[in-house]
Amino acid sequence: MSNRFHVATRKGLFTLERGEQRRQGVAGDSEWAIARTSFLGDNCTLVMHDPRDGSLLAALDHGHFGVKMHRSRDEGATWQEVAAPKYPDKPAGYVPKTPAEGRPVDWALKLVWALAPGGANEPGVLWCGTLPGGLFRSEDGGDSWAINRPLWDDPRREEWFGGGADQPGIHSICVDPRDAAHVTIGVSCGGVWTTRDSGKRWTLAGKGMRAEYMPPERQFDQNVQDPHQLAQCPANPDAMWVQHHNGIFRSTDGGETFSEISGVKPSAFGFPVAVHPKNPDVAWFVPAIKDEKRIPLEGRVVVNRTRDAGKTFDTLTRGLPQEHAYDLVFRHALDVDDTGDRLAFGSTTGSLWVSEDGGDSWQTLSSNLPPVYAVRFEK
Amino acid sequence: MATVRFTRNIQRHVECPDREVEGATLREVLERYFAGNDRARGYVLDDQGRLRHHMAVFIDGQQLQDRDGLSDAVAPGAVIDVVQALSGG
Repeated sequence: MSNRFHVATRKGLFTLERGEQRRQGVAGDSEWAIARTSFLGDNCTLVMHDPRDGSLLAALDHGHFGVKMHRSRDEGATWQEVAAPKYPDKPAGYVPKTPAEGRPVDWALKLVWALAPGGANEPGVLWCGTLPGGLFRSEDGGDSWAINRPLWDDPRREEWFGGGADQPGIHSICVDPRDAAHVTIGVSCGGVWTTRDSGKRWTLAGKGMRAEYMPPERQFDQNVQDPHQLAQCPANPDAMWVQHHNGIFRSTDGGETFSEISGVKPSAFGFPVAVHPKNPDVAWFVPAIKDEKRIPLEGRVVVNRTRDAGKTFDTLTRGLPQEHAYDLVFRHALDVDDTGDRLAFGSTTGSLWVSEDGGDSWQTLSSNLPPVYAVRFEK
Repeated sequence: MATVRFTRNIQRHVECPDREVEGATLREVLERYFAGNDRARGYVLDDQGRLRHHMAVFIDGQQLQDRDGLSDAVAPGAVIDVVQALSGG
């Protein structure tokens, strides 16, 4: 069970701990507290904890000065700037053949949107997804990065387009715990792609997802799908969940095909999904009103949990604000620990909640944080 | 020789002292400066070597013209200021 998680926000990185001394404190006091702040005032867009060596990687977006990466090897006490992914030099006169929206994407880093450790048997290997549409790999713990050329050079990559952002991006990277060469990624907007040889060859997977925002004849086109987040069950990696722009989809064949889960109340729209580490039938979602409004339905913050692979959902509300709450939860801002009992999520309006009972009840850890981009347990 | 000066705000990320550098164009001047301070390059120029979107450069008080190519001429004795554009907030 994890006693520590990290919260990446618009104004810094916060580390929450559940301390021994706090457990013995006054009844009713939160057992969780902010134990450390890093990069206070700076825009920390994502954080990753590497279970193989305990290191932390934080992505910062300095606006004027660009996107930077920092690494800590002492639990966040000190940080060193390390290399940021760098796009290759664009060949002179290069004209893309198939840009989906008539405009080629820029070959320059806009945002680090996904970070994932490689397999347990490949120390130092990291994966990084970016806007616009880049997948990078490091073999030295983030000291250097190389773009994955097979994916970048695939003409179908040029057809990707932005969903919400102006540019397409890779936001989800799932490394198969059984075989680290098998990696599945989620792209907004570009569907679900998979490789079985560490990125030498890629297959456009994700059959069955549906894009209501496309003309009828293209709604099932795999390369136009907008999976907001893709999550893989560690104990059963063939079980994958997608919170998609159009709803919730589930796969039992490693992302090759998906089935839509229909009839989800109060809404099937949202950004994050977390799947139980041991039980592939259990997953959590934070619903919102689509499309342009993007606020909780009726001003009530709720978490939707299924325990039967999407046949039914419990709408969990205990401890969550139920009137005039307009918190939106971004795709990386919900996480579950390695037991499946502890969850935490943070919102665009700076609220942070934690659950110790699989989502049945929640406690508010803060209502005053900066906008939350990512919540990540140490696992 | 041109004198290159950087905004104070960049200094908390990467030290960029004032320096006198040779070069007939802005590209030449900045490349020589960054040759001795490679980390600073990524704070000023993007992946493709263009001036970052929300950065600005003034040569003797005049804003540069060629943000991508940095081909603006630099006269001997010029003063180059690398600053943040207000567009970046």
